[in-house]
Amino acid sequence: MTSYARSSASPRSRPIGDAGDFNSDVRLSVEQVSYAYSANPTQAPLFTLEATSFQARAGEIVAIVGPNACGKSTLLKLIAGALEPLSGRVLLNGFLTHALPHRTRGQRIAMVQQESPLLFPSRAWEFVLQGRHPYGRTLRFETEEDVLIARNALAQVGAEHLSDRLMDQISGGEKQRVILARALAQQPLLLLLDEPTLHLDIGAQVDLLETLRRLASANRYTVVVVTHELNLAGQYADQVALFQKGKCLRVGPPASVFQRELLEQVFQTPLTVELGSSGRPRVNMPPAK
Amino acid sequence: MRPLTLSRLLTHCAILSAVLFVVVVIALKLGAVPVSLYGLGHDLLRVLFRQTSQLSSEYQLIIFDIRLPRILLGIFVGASLSVAGASFQALLRNPLADPYVLGVSSGAAVGAIVALIVEPHLALAPAVAALLTPVGAFLGAALTVTAVYFLGLREGQIDSGTLLLAGIITASFLQAIIMFFMSTLTGGNYRGMAFWMMGELSTPPQHIVSLILRFGFFLAAGTIYTTASDLNLLLAGEKEAMHLGVDVRRVRLVVYIAASLLTGLAVSVSGAIGYVGLLVPHVMRLLFGSDHRILLPTAAFGGAIAVVVADTLARTVVSPAELPVGAMTAIAGAPLFLYLMRRRLT
Repeated sequence: MTSYARSSASPRSRPIGDAGDFNSDVRLSVEQVSYAYSANPTQAPLFTLEATSFQARAGEIVAIVGPNACGKSTLLKLIAGALEPLSGRVLLNGFLTHALPHRTRGQRIAMVQQESPLLFPSRAWEFVLQGRHPYGRTLRFETEEDVLIARNALAQVGAEHLSDRLMDQISGGEKQRVILARALAQQPLLLLLDEPTLHLDIGAQVDLLETLRRLASANRYTVVVVTHELNLAGQYADQVALFQKGKCLRVGPPASVFQRELLEQVFQTPLTVELGSSGRPRVNMPPAK
Repeated sequence: MRPLTLSRLLTHCAILSAVLFVVVVIALKLGAVPVSLYGLGHDLLRVLFRQTSQLSSEYQLIIFDIRLPRILLGIFVGASLSVAGASFQALLRNPLADPYVLGVSSGAAVGAIVALIVEPHLALAPAVAALLTPVGAFLGAALTVTAVYFLGLREGQIDSGTLLLAGIITASFLQAIIMFFMSTLTGGNYRGMAFWMMGELSTPPQHIVSLILRFGFFLAAGTIYTTASDLNLLLAGEKEAMHLGVDVRRVRLVVYIAASLLTGLAVSVSGAIGYVGLLVPHVMRLLFGSDHRILLPTAAFGGAIAVVVADTLARTVVSPAELPVGAMTAIAGAPLFLYLMRRRLT
């Protein structure tokens, strides 16, 4: 993708910490981040996310896996800066994500999530152009450059032909690609995905992950993806973070996290784990007796 | 890809202002006293060139002192209601939202009536006293929209059905309060029941109030317009908008206040005219698309055209008697509301 000059950070938001505080290779740094939900401040929390730490470099894919309600999506919201951590901090290139001004955050972090249903039909190109919103001023009209970037984004996910289609008339897999294109149009440093493979058939799932892998290397995105698909995570991620009941049990390369006993204990079912020739683990159900 | 350009926006606005001009001329011509188109054109030119002394006197009274102020009032009322409707639809993510359906118009009416009741007891300067009704209407509108918003929440999320039901119940409750006020108060300069329940343009407001209406319209509608591209994203969903760099809380607050102001202003001078805020934005969406950068200005023109047409019909259909303008908008609007609701359910 052609690289365009990124607008410089506002002078107010300087990196915190000393210059030697973090390794310059590291783009995303999650440091002892915790969070708690409660119905009201005087009551005991209904859900807690215990202190979690990991780091990711540009071009890396981090997969967050675990059973339902284990804190995966909460962690993603904390990384996105939509929630402020109870303790600890999330740094993106040295800036606290939740403290970034809205517009700046929109230029650096893109989120792909389950979409709210559209109220009025819109075309795919209109949808992708929304990704340019954080770069616009009040009421400005899209420039030639915005159109070029949006077109490029559609091309990168192989969806040019969908440009003029209505969003409610395309398939789930096609829709997911258009939503990804909107995130690319934001030209982010950090690409976050919340269960992007949900509702996709296996072909579309593999296709999406192949695309992510390619984009992460080509555009140097740091990608964090929440998923239920252990094998997709094992196959495509550089790091996996395994969660259970708000606790991060292990972070590391897929082969070191996907241990049979650990997975069986977390998912409460007998499993088999085998290492493929590439050194990537495959998780299976044992055959029924 | 065909993104919106300034020239396309201006072209559409120019077409609509031409339509509005034609509608205004026809509205000036029609009425209980016939006026020839030639004579009308002649007089309009004279007024433009400030040769008012040469106007034939019976025309002058009917055209420039009765019909024209009423038409101008209709333009601002229609534009205000329509822009408020489009804003509420985006904020509440509900295509059936509109100041009348949500009870906001009735809330504004109650606010205005309370202001009218309190006013004689306050011994205010006339200019301040004139302000009291619009302010009361604004407060009534703002309180009602806040109440309906919270009543429409289910588990922290706005629920379409609950919201509409909350609005309709609130509207009927507030209308009962209006009934109560109207039947206990006698005399004074209180306007009739029909005014507050259905809306009427036959009684022109004081000069200062008209000025407030115009100034308020440009202020509030202009403020809403600065958030037009944020509203596009809000319509797609609040969490999506937040991740695309929209300060959701600020935009929501600003637009709520501005849309309540528009509703309050319109209701304080014309009563509760229904369906304009619902119907017009939908028609404009069908014609020009749902981008708020083009929807808001075209809805303003469309609302103006709709109310002027409705009011012209209201004063000519059963002439020399008159219908309230709200009766005309309801006759056209209620079936369309049902149609939209049915289409959404299927």
